[in-house]
Amino acid sequence: MKKNTKTIVNLVLLALLFLAVWVIERTSSASSMLITVLKKGAIYALIAVSMNLLNGFTGLFSLGQAGFMLVGAYTYAVLTIPVAKRVAVYQMYAGGAIHFQLPWLVGILLAGAVAALFAALIGYPVLRLKSDYLAIATLGFAEIIRAIIQYEKLGPITNGSLLLKTYPTFKSTLFPFAAAAICIGIIVLLINSTYGRAFKAIRDDEIAAEAMGINLFRHKQMAFIISSFFAGVGGALLAMYQGTLQANAFKAAMTYEILLIVVIGGMGSVTGSVLASFLFIACSEWWLRFLDAEQFIGSFQVPLLRSGFRMVVFSVVIMIVVLFFRRGIMGDKEFDVEGISKWCRRKFGKGGAKA
Amino acid sequence: MFDKIFPYLLAGVSVGGQYALIAVGYTMVYGILRLINFAHGDIFTAAGFFMVYISATMPLYLAIPLVTVLTVALGFTVERVAYKPLRTAPRMSIMISAIGVSYLLQNLMWYITGGLAKQYPVLPWISDSITLGSASTKVVTIVTPILTIVLVTALVMLIQRTKIGMAMRAVSKDFETAELMGIKINSVISTTFIIGSFLAAVGSMLYFTNYTTVTPTIGAMPGLKAFVAAVFGGIGSIPGAVVGAFIIGIAENLIRAMGYTTFSDAFTFALLILILLVKPTGLFGEKTSEKV
Repeated sequence: MKKNTKTIVNLVLLALLFLAVWVIERTSSASSMLITVLKKGAIYALIAVSMNLLNGFTGLFSLGQAGFMLVGAYTYAVLTIPVAKRVAVYQMYAGGAIHFQLPWLVGILLAGAVAALFAALIGYPVLRLKSDYLAIATLGFAEIIRAIIQYEKLGPITNGSLLLKTYPTFKSTLFPFAAAAICIGIIVLLINSTYGRAFKAIRDDEIAAEAMGINLFRHKQMAFIISSFFAGVGGALLAMYQGTLQANAFKAAMTYEILLIVVIGGMGSVTGSVLASFLFIACSEWWLRFLDAEQFIGSFQVPLLRSGFRMVVFSVVIMIVVLFFRRGIMGDKEFDVEGISKWCRRKFGKGGAKA
Repeated sequence: MFDKIFPYLLAGVSVGGQYALIAVGYTMVYGILRLINFAHGDIFTAAGFFMVYISATMPLYLAIPLVTVLTVALGFTVERVAYKPLRTAPRMSIMISAIGVSYLLQNLMWYITGGLAKQYPVLPWISDSITLGSASTKVVTIVTPILTIVLVTALVMLIQRTKIGMAMRAVSKDFETAELMGIKINSVISTTFIIGSFLAAVGSMLYFTNYTTVTPTIGAMPGLKAFVAAVFGGIGSIPGAVVGAFIIGIAENLIRAMGYTTFSDAFTFALLILILLVKPTGLFGEKTSEKV
């Protein structure tokens, strides 16, 4: 297929997706599980793709994603809470130290920018470290950021360890979809550019890449900053989705979950991460819910089913993927029209020849 | 002044010893497999839960050995099931598998306990209170550093003097050459995990005697801190891990003494980043160079 036709086909598919989401939203009630999955799935898709840019495309094993999401979420919430409601939110801190509010779009962009700024500062020292040291150092930074945000003395800005609320949120499912689509689109453009090719070269062999004249540090830093920018935006969207915000939720476990999504989708596949996000959220929030409830067949109580069993089954499935299907759903391939048509031709090749 | 700080110092030495017992498990596994065993902290927690459930049905003199055996079995199983199949895979895959195991163990423990905090049984003698100068504390505070040093000395002797210790050193130097020399890699790695889990079990008995409640995620933080201690001391070096653990334990409690409790965890990681930048090999680490 020519490049132009491919772009057009992809855009048409994207438009159809949005139409489908719009129809679903019109036809089902706002509290339905499907809507929840779609909203949260879209946000997680963005965050997973941003992490994949680092771990899957640049080969930097970073575990700081939750920290950057936290920075983004707090930047957004702190700057957009309406002035009139600040007294109620910052009860303990006499209305807080900030007496202005920004429109939501500026808030989201600033969320990304501040997260990127943090990444630039942090990246300077830690990106010199190798694989597992980098992992543990970024994980450590996420913990430090969480501790700083909950620090009492910063209470007038961050509200300490108390909830932030009443900042602007979204109602329509289309909003997270549009935001995620734009951001993922930018990441895809980046991956297909010369920079993206340099990232992949670094992932495949650092020394060879350096010998080919790629500035290792600059490219690593770039990937790190861009990934953090989108993690920050993702954090802001997550804050909007939740409606309330507390630093305590952004623990290392959150980073692990996103990492597992990336692995399930396939390291180095954008569409894989997107598919895996929806799958992950759908399983954990919806499809496996029945495992958490005690069930009876006649008078026979089905054994094992009780609160928490869902997550056990879920993590066993994840372990199976990690151990036996190491390439995940997509490997490093992308899910696109060309791939599907090729697959169809291979699968139904004989039928096609007859016709 | 000293009277005020002394209790914190004492607590620091005690928790430092407990971190040291966990850190040795990390550093040994890293020395051989080059793997951050993220599940180690959860094995430590599991040892806590084993004790809670087992001590409810049998006397302590039976429960303590049984808990140790079960913890060792858990560590052994984790290695066999989750790490062994990935021996030839890229290092990132094993690390992801370790994170997966940690996730699984935490969810499993949540399921079994129903997410509730469990009360740790009172171990006789080490739970008794004693008064030392200005501070009143539990016997465990005094016992921990002594026991830690005894166990670690025994371990160092094992590694320096015995055949299996020599095999461990060989494997950590060079995987393939060791294999060619007829060393059974898998049994050496299993032994490493067995020793690590055994020390984690002992560490968990001491730790939970101090903190008394067990929750499914309680091991994550001490686990990470012990890892930082291992890096601080020079990963792969056992005395290094012990020294690092004591420094971190004491420093963290002194920060509490100064009233910055929120930052006691953050400090550990700041220390980690500092040491990685200034001296990435740690206090006692060996220098490694990468060949093309």
